[in-house]
Amino acid sequence: MKIKTRNKIHRLLGIIASLLVMSPTFVAATSTEYAYVTNEKDDNISVIDLDTQQVIKEISVGQRPRGIIFNDQQSLAYICASDSDRIQILDLDTEEIIGELPSGEDPETIALHPNGKIIYTSNEDDAILTVIDIESSLVITQIDVGVEPEGLAVSSNGEIVVVTSETTNMVHWIDTKTNKIIANTLVGARPRSAQFTQDNKLLWVSSEIGGSVVVIDVDSKKIVKEFNFKIHGIHRDRVQPVGIELSHDGHYAFVALGPANHVAVINRQTMAIEKYLLVGRRVWQLALTEDQTKLLTTNGISGDVSIIDIAKMKVIKSIKVGRFPWGIAIKHAKN
Amino acid sequence: MALSIKDQSINIEPIEVKISYLKLQNQQGPALSNVIKTPNDSGYQGSRLAINDSNTTGKFLHQHFSLTQFEFKTTPDLLQHLTQAFNQGESIFVLNAPLATLKQINIWAQNKDILLFNISEFSDLLRNTECLTTFLHTAPSYAMKTDALAQWLLYRRLTKVLLISGKKPVDIAIATSFKRSAKRYGLKIIAEKHWSFDTDLRRSAQQEVPLFTQTSKEYDVIYVADHTKDFAQYIPFNTYLPRPVVGSAGLEALSWHRVIEQWGAAQLQTRFNKLTARYMNEIDFGGYLAIRSIAQAVHKTHSTSAKIIENYLRSTDFELAAYKGRKLSFRSWNGQLRMPMALVHPQGLVSQSPQAGFLHPRTDLDTLGFDKKESQCKLH
Repeated sequence: MKIKTRNKIHRLLGIIASLLVMSPTFVAATSTEYAYVTNEKDDNISVIDLDTQQVIKEISVGQRPRGIIFNDQQSLAYICASDSDRIQILDLDTEEIIGELPSGEDPETIALHPNGKIIYTSNEDDAILTVIDIESSLVITQIDVGVEPEGLAVSSNGEIVVVTSETTNMVHWIDTKTNKIIANTLVGARPRSAQFTQDNKLLWVSSEIGGSVVVIDVDSKKIVKEFNFKIHGIHRDRVQPVGIELSHDGHYAFVALGPANHVAVINRQTMAIEKYLLVGRRVWQLALTEDQTKLLTTNGISGDVSIIDIAKMKVIKSIKVGRFPWGIAIKHAKN
Repeated sequence: MALSIKDQSINIEPIEVKISYLKLQNQQGPALSNVIKTPNDSGYQGSRLAINDSNTTGKFLHQHFSLTQFEFKTTPDLLQHLTQAFNQGESIFVLNAPLATLKQINIWAQNKDILLFNISEFSDLLRNTECLTTFLHTAPSYAMKTDALAQWLLYRRLTKVLLISGKKPVDIAIATSFKRSAKRYGLKIIAEKHWSFDTDLRRSAQQEVPLFTQTSKEYDVIYVADHTKDFAQYIPFNTYLPRPVVGSAGLEALSWHRVIEQWGAAQLQTRFNKLTARYMNEIDFGGYLAIRSIAQAVHKTHSTSAKIIENYLRSTDFELAAYKGRKLSFRSWNGQLRMPMALVHPQGLVSQSPQAGFLHPRTDLDTLGFDKKESQCKLH
């Protein structure tokens, strides 16, 4: 008797699920997310519909687009067009470039202050962090940092911005009120990405050539944990951590391992590496969907995006995009 | 918790690091293909850029690096300056000088608390038999270059080689190096020819070279050993059989070239162009690597002592990020910096060695050049 009921319910659920799948308009209206991927060598952006998991269009932008972020309303995208020496503003509704911000030379990555008014960008060629007021389009200040500044992160309380410098091998901690460096932490060779945890107590930093990821205590600015990665059959020199993504529930940290072509899955409760997932070649940056069920990776050399199902911890799809996909941002569903 | 990254806390006592760049002016003989010249300040400009980069980092650590350049006409002049500077307390020197000069310096420097870098001499002798115990080499050896090419030739199944070399001792040395690589990787040298023309080939290469490259057996590829590029540039496209040319012309194995752009190299190339209004070459890169190695050691140890810096550089803790996509370190047995080699033609990057699949128990970078068991150098 019991079993029968369960079977009935299963069948019913199956019908509902297939109805959901078969009715695209219904899905699109409520839950479609779009991934925007910058193609470094094609000077454009591929837009992926995450329901159909297909590229639906390409948008031309400036030369060598890399870092990309959205404003809070997700109506605009800010894109570092590195070789055009500017940050372009893309209107996500009309898909037109509607303006530019004065970025300084060779902007690579970009971060938005939680107040939505200030943008930070790292100028890789000039060893400078540029602070830009969005409304007036004016440079507020430029801060001298180490050689080849790269990874940027702003704490969610808006108090601190950090920048990593690739050749100086440091994390520079900057007070957002005074725009002055308050501390420097030496890390492994060629630091790339930095990410604050939700509670702003810890900062995760990847070192590409050092082959490590460190977790730094924000109060003391000291390294409290170091991860080194071991993948069977891949020489440790080829394991080069770049992009980091922390899940909002505090459970996982994902680390893109560059030419090792894998993403490391770290359990943040046990602080142990749980798994390595094979993705495309030279995996760069990562982005989680809003509901945290899927992780997307940009794979530079193979020119595609891998989609990882978090519940299954499996790569479920790879999608061909342009040449050298680099940055990625996900536009959430409209509620 | 055991952390491999030490010195997180930053010492604030300021230190000044003085480095001298010593160059012996080279008297190069006339070359037939003298169209493209190597800039005279090669090496120095790369070192200068590294000083700028190191000072950017240094300002956060209260460390300052300075570089002074000296040029000499003769080895005794250079040695005299070196002795004086050392007696006045200087201990870090970057050398752009040939084999004979380096050997004399090495004899003088025995048992001295001194740090010396060879940024320009590729000779295999210095890495194998006549080991310079007081030097670290940031210039690759000929063996690293010929191994890099031999791996690629094997990968491409171009295994039958016609070897052409010039008459100068250095050309013979390069040819010898290639023969070692050919043996190591199972390539077959089907014929060996020595270039002995003394006419100006600029106008007659099209007639002469096809005859010169005619052999009784077929070849897949031609290896040219011609250090000064006296004739090498006239071999490609003029060969009897339509075959690729590698070595001193065509496809070259270099530690640096202007076409390298991956792994952040684009940024280094841009900084170099801005500083010098020219392209960065292999000798510049040797200078860059030497200064960056010194600076990296000073950042980590916060010391100006030549001994402490050298111990750190020779230790397994040292790893240098140098726009090659790999961490570089010094070989303990002969002081050679291990690094990938770029395989380039004048306008583009073709490949990077070590090639995939050439394995080594320590690191595949040690498939290039003299390995521990092979080298007679036993420094450590």
